[in-house]
Amino acid sequence: MGISHRINRRRFLGAGAATVTALAFPPPAFAQGAARVVVIGGGFGGASCARALKQIDPKLQVTLVEQNRTFTACPFSNNVIAGLRSIEQQQFGYDGIAADGVTLVAQAATAVDGKARTVGLADGTSLGYDRLVLSPGVDLRFDALQGYDEAAALKMPHAWKAGEQTLLLRKQLEAMDDGGLVVIAAPANPFRCPPGPYERACLIAHYLKTKKPRSKLIILDAKDTFSKQRLFQNAWKELYPDMIEWISLSQGGKVNAVDPATNTLITDFGNHTAQVANVIPPQRAGRIAAIAGATDNTGWCAIDPVTFESRSAPNIHIIGDACLAGAMPKSAFSANSQAKACASAVAALIAGRSPAAPKLINTCYSLAAPGYGISVAGVYVPKNGVFADVEGAGGVSPADAPADFRAREADYAQSWFATTTAQVFG
Amino acid sequence: MNLLCVAAGIAAVVAWSHQVLAASEPPPGAASCSGCHSPEATAASPVVRLYGRDAGAIATAMAGFRDGSLPATVMARIAKGFSDDESRAIAAWLAAQK
Repeated sequence: MGISHRINRRRFLGAGAATVTALAFPPPAFAQGAARVVVIGGGFGGASCARALKQIDPKLQVTLVEQNRTFTACPFSNNVIAGLRSIEQQQFGYDGIAADGVTLVAQAATAVDGKARTVGLADGTSLGYDRLVLSPGVDLRFDALQGYDEAAALKMPHAWKAGEQTLLLRKQLEAMDDGGLVVIAAPANPFRCPPGPYERACLIAHYLKTKKPRSKLIILDAKDTFSKQRLFQNAWKELYPDMIEWISLSQGGKVNAVDPATNTLITDFGNHTAQVANVIPPQRAGRIAAIAGATDNTGWCAIDPVTFESRSAPNIHIIGDACLAGAMPKSAFSANSQAKACASAVAALIAGRSPAAPKLINTCYSLAAPGYGISVAGVYVPKNGVFADVEGAGGVSPADAPADFRAREADYAQSWFATTTAQVFG
Repeated sequence: MNLLCVAAGIAAVVAWSHQVLAASEPPPGAASCSGCHSPEATAASPVVRLYGRDAGAIATAMAGFRDGSLPATVMARIAKGFSDDESRAIAAWLAAQK
C-alpha cells in the first residue's frame, strides 16, 4: 500500500510538473523521485544546512560538494596564532554528515548552469539539482592592494582562512626577535569576522607580553570604527598598555599597497616596515557565487531574507559569509543560524509550502586574553528585504563588567565552539 | 472506571500532541538556540541543555532575562528580542524535544 501510494503520488506530481513545463522551467526531479538539493561549501553554513535538510526531510537527496576532506575552523584560530591552541583542535571531518545520509562529493564545483539546474565539477561530471545552496565563504581579493597577491601572502600572511596561513603567521611570530614590530592591516567593511582583527591584536599582544615584551603591535585600519571597539580599547589599555597602537582611517591607517620584499605596508601617510606583517585584504563572496550569477556589483550576494534565495539567480540560495544579510555580521554563528533557516525554507519550497519568516540570532565571542571574553549579540528579522536588528535587543558586553563576568564569557566562548562544531560536524 | 478512561484518553491526546509538537518545525528563533545550548544530553557544558526541559521554566527564565531580574551575560541581550508569546512557543517546542 505504501508503494502504490508513492507511485500514485509520483504520477500526480509528474503530471503537475508536465503541466508547469509549458509555463516555466520544471523542477526536473519531481518527475523522477525525491527532490535533489546540492549544497556547495562544507563550512559552518553549508555543512549545517546539508545536515538540517536531511533532518527536516529524510527523503530529500542532499549532496554536499566540498573539495577539502578536512575542515579547518576560523573561530579560535587566533588562539593558534598566539600559541594557545593546536591547529588539530580546529579540524573536523565529514564522516558524521555522511552518516546522516548526506552524499559527499570531495571536488571543487567549477560551474553552475541555472537554466539546466546543474553544477559542474572539477572532474568534468555534473550534478543535477532542484534547489542549490551556496555557502562558499569568502575569497580574498588579491587584486585590491597593490603588491598583495597570492605569492605575497606567503611572505605577509593573511591568516584569514584557517590552516597553513594560520601556522605561517604563528611561525613568523615565534621567529621574531624581542623588540620587533608586528603590523596588522585590517580591511574596510564588509568582511569575514568583524571583531577578528582586534581579537587577533589582543592575542598576539598576549604572546608578545609573555615571550617578547619589548615588541610592539600596530593595527593599520581602513575604518574609523570597528566591532566591540570600546571593549577592545579598554582591554588594550588594561592588559597591553603601550604595546598596541591603532591607526584609524582618518589617521592614515588605510593600506593601499605592500612591498613583500621589504615587508613594508604603504599608506597615504607613510610607510610601515614590519618584522611580521599580517595583511587582511578586502574580500568578496567565494568564486562559485559569481560563476552562478548570484553576486552583485559589490562582489557579495543579495538575498531574500525569508528564503535566502538569490535576488538574481532563481532556485539558488546563499548563506553565510557570502550573502548580504543586512545587520547580521559575517560570523560562524550567523552562518549556522542562517543554514538552519535556509534548510527550512528550501524544504518548504520543495514541498510546495510557503516558508515562514525566520527570526535569527547571532552571538560572537572574542578573547582579549585567556579567561577574558567579550561578546556581541543580536536578534534579527526580515524587514524591508534585508535582515534588520530587533530593536531593543542585542549589543555588546557591558563596559564595566567585573573579571568574573569576562571569565564566564571566555568559558561560554569555548563552550559555543564545542557545541557548534559537534552539531555541525560531530 | 469512566474517569480512568477519560484520564487515559487525555493522557493519550497529550502524548500525541507532544509528539506532533516535537516533530513540528521549530517556531521562529528556536533553531538558533542550539548554537550555544547543546541538544546532546551527554555534552559537558557550562551552558544548560534546553531540550526536554520544563517549558514553564524556560519561559520564566526568558522573562527574567528580559526584565533584568535574572542576571545573565549574553541572554539579557538576546531575550529582549523575543516577546512573551514568542518565548512561550519556543519554550514549548524545546520542552517537546528529546
